[in-house]
Amino acid sequence: MSEETRKLTGFTRREVLASGAAAGAMAAGLSIAPGIARAAPKKGGTLRLGIGHGSTTDTHDPATWTDLYMQVVGNASYNYLTEVSNSGELVPELAQSWDVSPDAKVWTFKLRKGVEFHNGKTLDSGDVIASINHHLGEDSKSAAKAILDPIAEVKADGKDTVVFTMKTGNADFPFILSDYHIGIMPAKDGKLIDPMSGVGCGGYTIENFEPGVRTTLKRNPNYWKTDRAHFDSAEVLSITDVTARTNALTTGEVDAMDKVDLKTAHLLARSKKVRLEEVSGTQHFTFAMRTDTAPFDNNHVRLALKYALDREALVKTILLGHGVVGNDHPIGRSNQYHADDLPQHAYDPDKAKFHLKKAGLSSLKVDLSAADAAFAGAVDAAVLYKEHAAKAGIDINVVREPNDGYWSNVWLKKPFCAVYWGGRPTEDWMFSTAYAEGVPWNDTFWKHDRFNELLVAARGELDSSKRRGMYFEMQKIVNEEGGVIIPMFANYVMGLSNKVAHDKMGANWAMDGFRAIERWWFA
Amino acid sequence: MAQIWKHLKSAPPTAIFGLLVIVVYTFVAFAAPILAPYGEYEIVGSQFELWGEGFILGTDHLGRDMLTRLIYGARNTIGIAFITTCLAFLIGGILGLLATTLGGWVDMLLGRMVDVLMAIPILIFALLILTITGTSQPVLIVVIAVLDSTRVFRLARAVSMNIVVLDFVEAAKLRGEGTWWIITREILPNSLAPLIAEFGLRFCFVFLFISALSFLGLGIQPPTADWGSMVRETATLIAYEDITPLLPAGAIALLTVGVNFVVDWFLHKTSGIRDDK
Amino acid sequence: MAKILKMVTQRLALGLLTLFVVSMIIFLGVELLPGDFAQEILGQSATPETVAAFRRELGLDLPWYTRYLDWLGGVMQGDFGKSLASRRDVSELIGTRLLNTLFLAAVAAVISVPIALALGVLAALYRNTIFDRTINVFTLTSISFPDFFVAYILILFLSVKVNIFPSISNVSSDLGFWEHVYRVILPALTLTLVIVAHMMRMTRASIINLLASPYIEMAMLKGISRSRIVTHHALPNALAPIINVIVINLAFLVVGVVVVEVVFVYPGLGQLLVDSVSKRDIPVVQASCLIFAATFILLNLTADVLSILTNPRLLHPK
Repeated sequence: MSEETRKLTGFTRREVLASGAAAGAMAAGLSIAPGIARAAPKKGGTLRLGIGHGSTTDTHDPATWTDLYMQVVGNASYNYLTEVSNSGELVPELAQSWDVSPDAKVWTFKLRKGVEFHNGKTLDSGDVIASINHHLGEDSKSAAKAILDPIAEVKADGKDTVVFTMKTGNADFPFILSDYHIGIMPAKDGKLIDPMSGVGCGGYTIENFEPGVRTTLKRNPNYWKTDRAHFDSAEVLSITDVTARTNALTTGEVDAMDKVDLKTAHLLARSKKVRLEEVSGTQHFTFAMRTDTAPFDNNHVRLALKYALDREALVKTILLGHGVVGNDHPIGRSNQYHADDLPQHAYDPDKAKFHLKKAGLSSLKVDLSAADAAFAGAVDAAVLYKEHAAKAGIDINVVREPNDGYWSNVWLKKPFCAVYWGGRPTEDWMFSTAYAEGVPWNDTFWKHDRFNELLVAARGELDSSKRRGMYFEMQKIVNEEGGVIIPMFANYVMGLSNKVAHDKMGANWAMDGFRAIERWWFA
Repeated sequence: MAQIWKHLKSAPPTAIFGLLVIVVYTFVAFAAPILAPYGEYEIVGSQFELWGEGFILGTDHLGRDMLTRLIYGARNTIGIAFITTCLAFLIGGILGLLATTLGGWVDMLLGRMVDVLMAIPILIFALLILTITGTSQPVLIVVIAVLDSTRVFRLARAVSMNIVVLDFVEAAKLRGEGTWWIITREILPNSLAPLIAEFGLRFCFVFLFISALSFLGLGIQPPTADWGSMVRETATLIAYEDITPLLPAGAIALLTVGVNFVVDWFLHKTSGIRDDK
Repeated sequence: MAKILKMVTQRLALGLLTLFVVSMIIFLGVELLPGDFAQEILGQSATPETVAAFRRELGLDLPWYTRYLDWLGGVMQGDFGKSLASRRDVSELIGTRLLNTLFLAAVAAVISVPIALALGVLAALYRNTIFDRTINVFTLTSISFPDFFVAYILILFLSVKVNIFPSISNVSSDLGFWEHVYRVILPALTLTLVIVAHMMRMTRASIINLLASPYIEMAMLKGISRSRIVTHHALPNALAPIINVIVINLAFLVVGVVVVEVVFVYPGLGQLLVDSVSKRDIPVVQASCLIFAATFILLNLTADVLSILTNPRLLHPK
């Protein structure tokens, strides 16, 4: 398989059909997996996960999911139309295959036949349409509303076919449908039966759900996938305190945990019963400057701040090496169109001073808002930044904001603040989420005409090499003129009991692309 | 002066130990910039360097000198705790004594207000207020002081309640002395002992409260060094038998023990029991 | 007795008033917090339209006093409303959590109160001896450690090094009584270490205080043994302040254990309250705060009644 199709993001007709043949590609992924993963998966056992998120306000409605807890539970109970496989390619799930019109505007999805929901209903196009409409419309409260906004119309063509018509050409649309919010739920008369019931067609049924405490899941005996869902049952615990989570893993109360405390990761790795697993994907941490607010409206000030940060030191101190430096654009090395040849912004106090001077300033004093709610270590990162910037004559005053209400009170409000991004599997998805003019999550309030032009053009372009050129230019623009400082891309670092076995781990999200319960097994 | 010396000489060894701790801590707090080998926020090495030359107690997770952070921590932590506790006793004490001396609707009103404040879980209340107002140092001090003062109010009121009805207070009232005079000359001196005992514990609870707040992501603004937050930052290490978090925790504990030894001695002297051993 | 009854009724009426004021303060407090439920539940993925849709559906676009009066009206009829997040009845949501909280508090109290009293009496008996000083240093040290830190140390020794107790209190309703007790031992021990010092010191201080009084000196002159004096003559009269401190600490066991709940992943009320505050789920916040406030008021009243009952002089004032 060529590198190009492995990271399948732009589709020619033939490529789409090829991926439609699907399971073959996935099996290829399986056989190249290293080490203990080689043994054939064993059935049985109860997987217990300790997840560092979860709240008593959680519900099964995927429209409001924001953190790993419900994402992991939801990926066990729901299925999606498409799935990002463990090797990063898009594979069919409930959709068996899909096809696209030459202008990338009309997408036709063929559904898998004979798939049953937990409540016994058989999947048909009505369920898919109702599940999509759950996120659309004026009364939608869905976090996925913005990403599904390009849809102009969705309609059924018989029981097994769904046709999406886009407002403008959208070459990456099937990727969007793998988003964790867009779980397929059963419907009746065009309306979802109950989005809070947790009934999907995933590998596990919800047996007991205590929000913010635990969820117990049982294997779905009628699951259509034969090579997945190896555990008999699973228990997902919400353990928000990292020390408690670590202790639970080392004492065998849980079999795996997410978000290992990086400061003590090397100590945890010493344990004979436990191993560390990490994947590097698109997760990145940023310092967002509001480009509509002085002094950040001056690009020289922004450049000065970009040069006044020692990224290597941040990766070393905050991530303890579990990550790589960022280059002030949100496209990760694992993305298909990552601009490898773009010069790396490095720590250079003299250059920072030079840009300050160009901006007509001899010194600069700014407030930087941070809280550990933004990302683990955000406050420490800000403190380090303060020390680095001082050498360039920039005085950064670190303001620790309360964790509570960070996303509503600080993010998108304060002129300079720390932000977390899980990243997106495609360039278009990432850029149109947070960098296009006027979108709700454009946290730098950035406007760039050429960038916005390219964004629309690249989205409708099915030719891969032309897209590459456009995305390269866009990364360069964000790097040189954007309002975002991206010091680092962070790995997902997880702790697993040695009893747990798995294939190559998906890097798109934590816990094997949220699919740990479905993909792993006991050795 | 000579009399203080005489008292000190008769003090039990525990009290002397306590006094010594307090004196040393106070000295460290005042002389922090002179004693500390590095600057408070200065990153001087790589992170988690071991104990040894250069960094006597190693470095913390950002590569700052641990000893320096502890020394400055003494200054910030004790300073904040002292101001907070004084403020709490000032507010709670005065209001409590006023309530008993004036009685009537003043007592009623203050009593109900304190009831309401105390009925709300203190951590939740602090969470609400600090999230609204932000956690600058003055705000933090005032919020904790006000919450703490409710406890002081109850104690002051309970203690002085028994004194207000005594004859010499009645006599002073008949003489036409002002409320303020009665409070400062008659009631306060006679209710000082339990208040001071309470001061000893309250003082230490402030550290713990700041530490609990830092557990919820509130607490003192970085990069200021304070013991409570330092325990929080390093606590995970204890799971691997690394004793680093015991340094700030031990610093708090030593001071708590010291202060309370002195308080015990003071109580012992004022309660007037003979040492009948 | 009639006097006590009158006092109790009076205090209960005042208590209701207190609860009312508390509910108002909490409501206003949550209102003043930046962001509302619609914004917090969607977090980083909130957009103006989805937030507006949420507000419309939940009635959050109404002015605060309308919503407060609505809520108050419901409470008058015994209806505490529905959680904004799960749309489940608040009472249903809180029920098991409250039981869990009370269970942990009970276990901690059963361990800590007898220990504190015994240590206090012993320390008073053998005051200024090595025993007294050791107990003092030990308890003072244990209260000067933050509670999460005490918990970590206990977990290290009793769970990680010697695997006697589970490091997290994973309880569910289908567990037997003793299994339930076993799983909450570590949090209960943590709480014990946190509160014993306060109660023990008060016991010791009040007994020592009484030892100076003339009737005790009299008893001493009569040649009654020290231990008999302490247990039979001093302790009964020192009970009032001791009861007060015990009650304050019992209230703490119910109200102030959020951090311990978080560390041991114990599904109690405190965790529910903190989560609900951070998501602005007002009905749940209100109900939990009222439970806490009522606990505090009732325990306080109990303390006062008990101190009166143990002290005849207070029962029949001049």
